Amino acid sequence: MPEFVTEHRLNILLALILLGGPLVAHYADEPFLVTLATRATILALAGVGLNIALGLGGLVSFGHAAFFGLGGYAVGILASHHQNYEPLMTSPFVINGTNQMLVLWLVAIIVSGLAALVIGALSLRTSGVYFIMITLAFAQMIYYFAISWPAYGGEDGLSIYVRNAFPGVNTLRPLDFFLLCYAVLIVVLIAQWKMTGARFGIALQAVRQNEGRVAALGLSPYKIRLAAFVISGMVTGLAGALYADLNRFVSPSMMSWHLSGEIMVFIILGGVARLFGPVVGACLFVLFEHAFGSVTEHWQFFLGAALLAVVLFARGGFIGLVAGRVRHD
Amino acid sequence: MTVALFLEQILNGLQLGVMLFLMAAGLTLIFGVMGLINLAHGSLFMVGGFVCAAVAAWTGSFWIGLAASLAAAAALGALVEITVIRRLYDRDHLDQVLATFALVLMFSEGTRFVFGSFPLYLDPPAFLSGPVTLPGGLPYPAYRLAIIIAGLAVAAGLGLLISRTRLGMQIRAGEADREMIAALGVDIRFLYTVVFALGAALAGFAGALIGAIQSVQIGMGEPVLILAFVVIVIGGIGSIRGALVAALIVGLVDTLGRFLLPTLLAGVMEASAARGVGSAIASMLIYLLMAVVLVFKPKGLFPANA
Repeated sequence: MPEFVTEHRLNILLALILLGGPLVAHYADEPFLVTLATRATILALAGVGLNIALGLGGLVSFGHAAFFGLGGYAVGILASHHQNYEPLMTSPFVINGTNQMLVLWLVAIIVSGLAALVIGALSLRTSGVYFIMITLAFAQMIYYFAISWPAYGGEDGLSIYVRNAFPGVNTLRPLDFFLLCYAVLIVVLIAQWKMTGARFGIALQAVRQNEGRVAALGLSPYKIRLAAFVISGMVTGLAGALYADLNRFVSPSMMSWHLSGEIMVFIILGGVARLFGPVVGACLFVLFEHAFGSVTEHWQFFLGAALLAVVLFARGGFIGLVAGRVRHD
Repeated sequence: MTVALFLEQILNGLQLGVMLFLMAAGLTLIFGVMGLINLAHGSLFMVGGFVCAAVAAWTGSFWIGLAASLAAAAALGALVEITVIRRLYDRDHLDQVLATFALVLMFSEGTRFVFGSFPLYLDPPAFLSGPVTLPGGLPYPAYRLAIIIAGLAVAAGLGLLISRTRLGMQIRAGEADREMIAALGVDIRFLYTVVFALGAALAGFAGALIGAIQSVQIGMGEPVLILAFVVIVIGGIGSIRGALVAALIVGLVDTLGRFLLPTLLAGVMEASAARGVGSAIASMLIYLLMAVVLVFKPKGLFPANA
């Protein structure tokens, strides 16, 4: 299995580069670059979430920005209640806001997981192009709801004045916050790697390749897909929670369909169904945005052209180019 | 006065419905014949609006602008089909989504580059600029009424084109079995280009008509595109008739929901809260409608090839 070894080594190298770059930037006194790397790390996590549904399960969800935004809003809303010393609700029992990231992350994961459960349960009744359009439509529904619901800022969004706290870490320092996000990303990647080889991961990939055979083995493809979709939504929701703290701001634009498209772009740039595909893709995306964004305000035109070229001519993305094709497909 | 107001909202809903039909018809044709999901359809809508506004401002005639927008959208559609879209028919939906998403980015930035970031404004033709008085004494903008009539006329024309002409026969045959009609000697590549250009022209036409109601700006096609997706999911992908019915339903539900819900909720809660909750729920209404349709008819109201 020489190719697998190559990809495995490449992944470790990529993980080290993503860790080393910001460390160098920090000691070179370039806090902006550390923040840029944090942004790439968080977007990578959002892509890792989508990759579970899209890469492993073959579920082309065009609505993952909804989970990203819901995770962000879970953090924004609880933090704003904490800032104002107003309980979230008083009856039948009191729920107070909080600034503890561990609690906020848990809430973000639960909220986005529940949303993924409802959206997935409905959308997975269909497949193919219907599934793409329906996930897009549901995400748009949540987007418009966030815009027209006035209690939490509506279209203007919601500010988090002080970054939330994590025990033992000074989250206000850019490098500390980066390392926290990086640790989360690595933990999730290891979990995904373990999952891919476990019974559930194998069943999920089998559903993508041949639904009928899986059903004939007595497994329910619908339930497997739904479970994958929920896990996928939870991971993207966690990324949204981190993103809210990175910007100290949440707004409906976190849920816009452009963001759903961009999360998908990370995966195609890096390589579909590759463990580190979204990580490479998100880093390339952020670098591209930074490099072209400082040259021309029309950088999105060149992003579109580059993306078109990758889709048409370079299938397999970056990891496909470097490490060769996936062994079985 | 409330009956008149209600009637006005119904007309507004119809107007939104026929607009959505013009977009959804192209999308559903392109999906039905070529099996392609095209996110760039909203960009063609935007291009129609911009070309109409620019040409109308230059020549002083709305009609020349409208003709130019049709021609520009069709030509751009054909160009995009030949250069990019043609390579995507054999690809999976993921590649199609990403490639057409890339086109959206390019069209949006390209339009910003050519026309700048500021919105353009387009005046309706003079004889349609005033109100007309409907039976019952209700004044209603003549231009909006003209849009409804024009949209229904296009729907009828499209129906005739598909059911009565040689091209329509080839389109229907292409939906049923593309290898077979290629084997029978139909130039399938040319047919695909024509269908794509036809869909693009419909989108450009819709964009030009809407441009005189709203401002013409970057990204104007995107909300319409997503509503058109909801329409074809409800109507059944590939079905023109389904698209028409679903477009009118979606247009009416959306418009009437925004109008009625805040009023209805005002009966059970205080006025300001009712406005907030009402508008929030109204913005979700058509998606809830879509969810209900999916639960009972996962292939839409009028499944194609059934």
